[in-house]
Amino acid sequence: RASWLSGKTRPMEYRVAQLEALGRFLDDKKQEILEATASDLGKAPFEAELSEILLCKNELHETLNNLSQWMKDEHVNKNLVMQLDSAFIRKDPYGVVLIIAPWNYPIHLFLVPLIGAIAAGNCVIVKPSEVSKNTERLVAEALPDYLDKDCFAVVTGGVQETTRLLENKFDYIFFTGSPPVGRIIMTAAAKHLTPVTLELGGKNPCYVSDTCDVTNVARRVAWGRFFNAGQTCIAPDYLLCTIEMQEKLLPALRKAISDFYGPNPRESPDFGRIVNDKQFQRVQRLLGSGRVAIGGQTDEAERYMAPTVLVDVQPSDPVMQEEVFGPILPIVVIANMDEAIDFINSRERPLAVYAFSSNDKVVSQVLERTSSGGFCGNDTLMHVTLTSLPFGGIGNSGLGLHHGKFSFDTFSHHRGCLKRGMGWESLNAPRYPPYSKTNFGIVQATSKVTRKSDCTLL
Amino acid sequence: MERMQQVVGRARAAFRSGRSRPLEFRMQQLKALERMVQEKEKEILAALKADLNKSGPNAYSHEILGVLGELALTMEKLPSWAAPQAVKKNLLTMRDEAYIGYEPLGVVLVIGAWNYPFVLVMQPLIGAIAAGNAVVVKPSEVSENTARLVAELLPQYLDKDLYAVITGGVPETTELLTQRFDHILYTGSSAVGRTVMAAAAKHLTPVTLELGGKSPCYIDKDCDLAVACRRITWGKYMNCGQTCIAPDYILCDPSIQSKVVENIKATLKEFYGEDVKSSPDYGKIVNQRHFKRILGLLEGQKIAYGGETDEASCFIAPTILMDVSPESKVMEEEIFGPVLPIVTVRSVDEAIEFINLREKPLALYVFSNKKQLIRRVIAETSSGGMTANDVIMHSVVPALPFGGVGHSGMGAYHGRFSFETFSHRRACLIKDLRWEVLNKLRYPPGSMEKMNLAKLLLLKQCSKSRVAQFVSALLAALKAVVAKVSFVSLLSL
Repeated sequence: RASWLSGKTRPMEYRVAQLEALGRFLDDKKQEILEATASDLGKAPFEAELSEILLCKNELHETLNNLSQWMKDEHVNKNLVMQLDSAFIRKDPYGVVLIIAPWNYPIHLFLVPLIGAIAAGNCVIVKPSEVSKNTERLVAEALPDYLDKDCFAVVTGGVQETTRLLENKFDYIFFTGSPPVGRIIMTAAAKHLTPVTLELGGKNPCYVSDTCDVTNVARRVAWGRFFNAGQTCIAPDYLLCTIEMQEKLLPALRKAISDFYGPNPRESPDFGRIVNDKQFQRVQRLLGSGRVAIGGQTDEAERYMAPTVLVDVQPSDPVMQEEVFGPILPIVVIANMDEAIDFINSRERPLAVYAFSSNDKVVSQVLERTSSGGFCGNDTLMHVTLTSLPFGGIGNSGLGLHHGKFSFDTFSHHRGCLKRGMGWESLNAPRYPPYSKTNFGIVQATSKVTRKSDCTLL
Repeated sequence: MERMQQVVGRARAAFRSGRSRPLEFRMQQLKALERMVQEKEKEILAALKADLNKSGPNAYSHEILGVLGELALTMEKLPSWAAPQAVKKNLLTMRDEAYIGYEPLGVVLVIGAWNYPFVLVMQPLIGAIAAGNAVVVKPSEVSENTARLVAELLPQYLDKDLYAVITGGVPETTELLTQRFDHILYTGSSAVGRTVMAAAAKHLTPVTLELGGKSPCYIDKDCDLAVACRRITWGKYMNCGQTCIAPDYILCDPSIQSKVVENIKATLKEFYGEDVKSSPDYGKIVNQRHFKRILGLLEGQKIAYGGETDEASCFIAPTILMDVSPESKVMEEEIFGPVLPIVTVRSVDEAIEFINLREKPLALYVFSNKKQLIRRVIAETSSGGMTANDVIMHSVVPALPFGGVGHSGMGAYHGRFSFETFSHRRACLIKDLRWEVLNKLRYPPGSMEKMNLAKLLLLKQCSKSRVAQFVSALLAALKAVVAKVSFVSLLSL
């Protein structure tokens, strides 16, 4: 906090220098990052390079390219009486920001918000997840070498340490994790009136209509579901389709899985593992729902679970009661699109909704009649790779958003500013007491907003 | 209470029916609100007079004019605000549709305050309706006449199920807050703001909190003192000081303190005449509790002017305090009354330090002829909003966001910011089911060449332009190359 009060983090040159240092961190430590995430999650190097390095660099470049523009005061329209004044929105940093990251994309999920927080001129405390131990260690050891130690710190620890950390006053808290913990964070923030952004989760439905290219759908869905062994907040959580489509999808899914991971995914370097025993046991319990149509093999020692597809799944089954967050794709059979939409709408609003159809109208219908953080038609996951799209949840899946400029806006206070002159005091006369009807008429005429359809001198 | 559950349940069911979503419906409701304000002007002014002794022109200009302006602006701009916003795409998504859709959140709760009881309920309501939500309004029970009027009028003009009014005090509000809403906008004190946010946290409901604080007002030695004091007097004593963005206290050099007092005195006489109590333009303290609270702040203070009170009519004369100590009671809480303390500081550095040692205020004011000084004060402090060389006025610029920071609040509204506050910005990407070959890059098995190509396609961003069209052609050629590469890599397995 002392560093924050010194104003060190505010000048643009400082922010740019810190951001560029982050870029060097990603370049220098690339190998270490790939290794750490491989030990923590069995993350395939390709996946790790894509999500932990490439996408982070995208955000970095987007921010560095546009920072000076984003930082500028935004001048706004004024009414008649203020034509001589200057009205603008100033982007002020909040102060000391806390970023709490989860274990599934352990670099990406702290680095991307960190970029926004630094860009907006804040001091930041990063709390990486203790569950992804190796990455946590890497970040705690290496990051301070790149960033200004006074203004940016890494704090490690588990639930107890985090609880104590939250007793401190922060000026903004950014949390990525589960809804129950999100509630705890927000409640703690309320004590200090600290604004928050919560990136949570949910069960992301994936509707597949009867008119579609089954092969392509199967590949895109399988890719999204089994990426990072299913431990992705925006992964398609469950599939909704008719029984006829299910019969066509199963062989297509089998082929996609085999194309991706070979006949024995356990031996593929591209398929990940569950992060720890607790999660493994949780996901394993979900295998009891419905019937295993594809996969189902597990190895507890390795925390390996094969890419699995469940059929004959009932809405009341365990696998439909919680976010799967594992390499299991349950298929729930519905009769038609309307039923699918009703099914989706009867549950908490998810982070993402997916709809596959070669009929544009079907995709539009699902989009218009459901509500979710984001939406992707005819693919999975891809909407979050565009830095120009906001990323955030709604309802149980979260509040607030970030990525690209939205990160900068999230971590800055938009301050309405008006600079007036001391002269022309006579123009102010109509607003002062003693009040009178004539004066009032003048005030009304000079300050009101008229509809374009009204005819006035203005 | 069952009634709360029923009302909120009805609003939710009405929202689910989808009828609040079409723009025509929203415009229709907004137009009805406009009619209500125009037709019931007399009743609204009467309620404001009964609650706060607000005079006609005063009440009209502060409460009704603002509402009509907001309605006009919203109806004008709604089609453009609600339109999906196309976004920049990268090479990989160039053939796709990518945009941000503005969608309603669901059922919004608006909790009003008693000091501007009509506008503080209406302005958020306008934004919430414009964004397509159902709304439950809870006006402040302290301004009971306006609350009763709002409860009577809204159902007469608006869709009864979608937009409901619940009246009541603390127990009713506490009960209401146990219900689930999709956004809560609360105007009031920081203390209650904490309670509202904690209640919202249980349901992960986003909140906009318009709170308060002590808005400082720094007067530089180099400025037109007469004009500055005039403007400050206007902003401080309007609504008897019961304005969240009123200049709470003055910071100035000891050498100009007496001149400041003289100027304010002169202005007060000009505004309210020799006998303030009989001026129709001077308000009253809203109730006994606040009257006693403000009276308490005067204890032990050097009263330079004013100080007369009358408990029976909740009257406190416009009062100025001199040489106030930073540790005194009047400097600890938001005054929210017609008492203006002056704290002396020897320089703008001292003033900035003084301000920064305290909680971030809702508004900040600085008066000076020196542009550089003003720029410095803005850059080295933080506040919800600010005005230089005047007071209050930043809140009436429709294009500026109105909100607090730190203890003075979170989130903002007014104009388009209301619309955005009450909307969900949904990221939408619509791809084609064909062109699967482009996806081969990202699928396992992974490889170096795939990663390199992926970098090429993902790391660039381009907007719709001639360049994009050229690259589109390039992409087609690339597609052929990729197909070949993938085929080759398949062959080499």
